[in-house]
Amino acid sequence: MTSVSGWGRFPVVDSEVLRPRSFGAVDAAVVAGSVARGNGRAYGDAAIGAARTIAMTGFDRIRSFDPATGRIRLEAGVLLSDLIDTFGPQGFLPFVVPGTRFVSVGGAIAADVHGKNHHGEGGFGRYVDSILLRTGAGETIEVSREQNSDAFFATVGGMGLTGVILDAAMRLRRVETGWIRERVVSASDLDAAMRALEAGNSATYSVAWIDCAARGRDLGRSLIYLGEHARADELAERADRFPVGKKPGLTVPVDLPSMTLNRYSIRAFNELYYRMGARRAGADHVVSLYPYFFPLDSINEWNRIYGRRGFLQHQCVIPEAGAREVLGEILERVAKRGDASFLAVLKKLGYGDGLLSFPQPGYTLALDFPVKGDILNFLEEIDRIVVAAGGRLYLAKDARQSRATFEAGYPALSRFKAIRRSLDPACNIRSKLSQRLFDEVKP
Amino acid sequence: MTSRKSVLVLGGSSDIGRAAARAFAKAGYDVALAGRDVAALEPDAADLRARYNIEASTRTFDVLDTASFDGFVAGLPALPDVVISIVGLLGVQQDAESDLAHATTIMRSNYEGPALILGLFAEKFLARGSGTIVGVSSVAGDRGRASNYVYGSAKAGFSAFLSGLRARTSRGGVHVVTVKPGFVRTRMTEGLKLIGPLTVEAPVVGDAILNAVEKKIDVIYVSGKWRLVMFIIKTLPEALFKKLKF
Ligand SMILES: Cc1cc2nc3c(=O)[nH]c(=O)nc-3n(C[C@H](O)[C@H](O)[C@H](O)COP(=O)(O)OP(=O)(O)OC[C@H]3O[C@@H](n4cnc5c(N)ncnc54)[C@H](O)[C@@H]3O)c2cc1C
Repeated sequence: MTSVSGWGRFPVVDSEVLRPRSFGAVDAAVVAGSVARGNGRAYGDAAIGAARTIAMTGFDRIRSFDPATGRIRLEAGVLLSDLIDTFGPQGFLPFVVPGTRFVSVGGAIAADVHGKNHHGEGGFGRYVDSILLRTGAGETIEVSREQNSDAFFATVGGMGLTGVILDAAMRLRRVETGWIRERVVSASDLDAAMRALEAGNSATYSVAWIDCAARGRDLGRSLIYLGEHARADELAERADRFPVGKKPGLTVPVDLPSMTLNRYSIRAFNELYYRMGARRAGADHVVSLYPYFFPLDSINEWNRIYGRRGFLQHQCVIPEAGAREVLGEILERVAKRGDASFLAVLKKLGYGDGLLSFPQPGYTLALDFPVKGDILNFLEEIDRIVVAAGGRLYLAKDARQSRATFEAGYPALSRFKAIRRSLDPACNIRSKLSQRLFDEVKP
Repeated sequence: MTSRKSVLVLGGSSDIGRAAARAFAKAGYDVALAGRDVAALEPDAADLRARYNIEASTRTFDVLDTASFDGFVAGLPALPDVVISIVGLLGVQQDAESDLAHATTIMRSNYEGPALILGLFAEKFLARGSGTIVGVSSVAGDRGRASNYVYGSAKAGFSAFLSGLRARTSRGGVHVVTVKPGFVRTRMTEGLKLIGPLTVEAPVVGDAILNAVEKKIDVIYVSGKWRLVMFIIKTLPEALFKKLKF
């Protein structure tokens, strides 16, 4: 038994961790209460097996790549950072990347991760053609939109609960360069931010960073980052076609005392961040894909700035109708508390593909909170607002929502459960998250 | 026919072997992976081809089967530019203290086999007038310790072999690199207590080997910190050293 936790370092629980080296060894590793783990970037308890956690990052081989079409077949433990570093210079990138590049392909499929392009291009699963899945019943099956399609749509976004993803075939995007043509728009309040995101609907990438310490007239003031892949002729004379992705330079050496983050330091940081961003607003400029997509990746182990007790991310999506009022209400409560993250992220989402995929058309808001005080009660209150608005919470970020909140947000759950039962009648595949939210078998 | 350089990796399925193969393939080398279980090496060869558009092949090689070495070298389609031996076996010190067969396997896997096969390549390289030989030894060979002297002594023998070979072949256009990784997070060290700041990931070792080959460096410790640590450990007086339990 080892103590395991997700990226948010809450909760910390016991699970046996196994690191198989061959697909045969994966077979042997699956027992009752197992789930696969990629690179551990889910915040809460999704990647922790009820009894046993099967670490997959050792499976990092590319099986084949066709530079004519961008089709690739690869093992599930390959990290997106590895894909970008290897195939970027050859003119190919993943279609969808989340806010960190240190996630595995298996984890990206299992969470059907969304990027800054979800409003136009959908989630990670949309570019996956087929998956080799090791089910809880001990079978290894190929699932795709044509073959075992039920299992395919349960696996995309299924949080590892249909089985262990061994490898996958998918498509990469052809790009001329590794640079992004970025435009920053500053928005003085929530209405302006939502208008700017709406107007940015035609941009390939768009996301807003909200200053969640701002209140009153400034409530929801933000910087909206729009982006397009830069063409070669848009690069300055000498710029390399593909920028170098630096290894994280800084490491947060110890858990910072939770004092470090307080309403004053957060407010000061946000003020500075907003002003510096607003100064860059307006004209297009070209930035490397790394800071554009992965602003936090340059600091190793940044999760330690929230202190020893860890932190929670609350990420919800609110349907478009009525979103303005609901988001305003949530932001107002958060600003009043004063201990939320430096920055909140707001973006538009489109339709999700998988049965349990998080995205649905509307606005998604992500907030970080250090674990302390009455935070769990506070987030319960926020959940009630989300549920009332017809919204839901993202499982890859969740460590605490209630069964009721989850069931209200995911109407396809019963269909998902039926498919899971057919793939794994004994319900061998189980995580701490599934135990918490919907398993029918007792631990 | 290509004019690309080529590297042969003995012990190609180890984590360091895979990392070294990737580093060289990325730099444009054609790669041959050799190991006991060729079928297991095939996915790694396919990985290198798919990533780097180079040629990658696999060959059977067993470091304990010294009788097969002449045939192995003669059977290669071409003499590589670089040969790397990453073969090794940590074994279990406590078992080796009473089980002669286990001790023998550790000694042969870390010293006899690697030294003999690299010695053979040295002769071929000298005849050609060029080539690079890389032996992955260990800091454990710098001084015998109570906790792993069977392994350490074999690595010490291997390190001495490499330094002698280097002295002899350098005038013949052949370069010998000794690699002394400290703690590396690999399958071999899984479950052992490693000291965080002194531990590196396998890809760091792979890149360091490529760098040493291209820059003609003789001995590398991978993480500079180890040079200092081993300097201190080597200079402790024996009277004191024997009292230390590590
Ligand atoms: C800084 C940061 C920014 C982020 N930004 C975004 C974002 O913008 N958009 C977004 O969608 N997400 C985002 N995330 C969340 C992250 O993308 C997801 O949690 C992703 O699933 C993590 O991948 P992983 O490889 O680390 O998987 P893990 O965290 O290890 O696992 C996540 C889930 O995938 C399952 N899983 C992993 N590997 C396999 C496999 N081989 N077979 C079956 N199931 C498997 C696990 O069981 C678990 O349910 C962010 C996370 C961080 C830390």
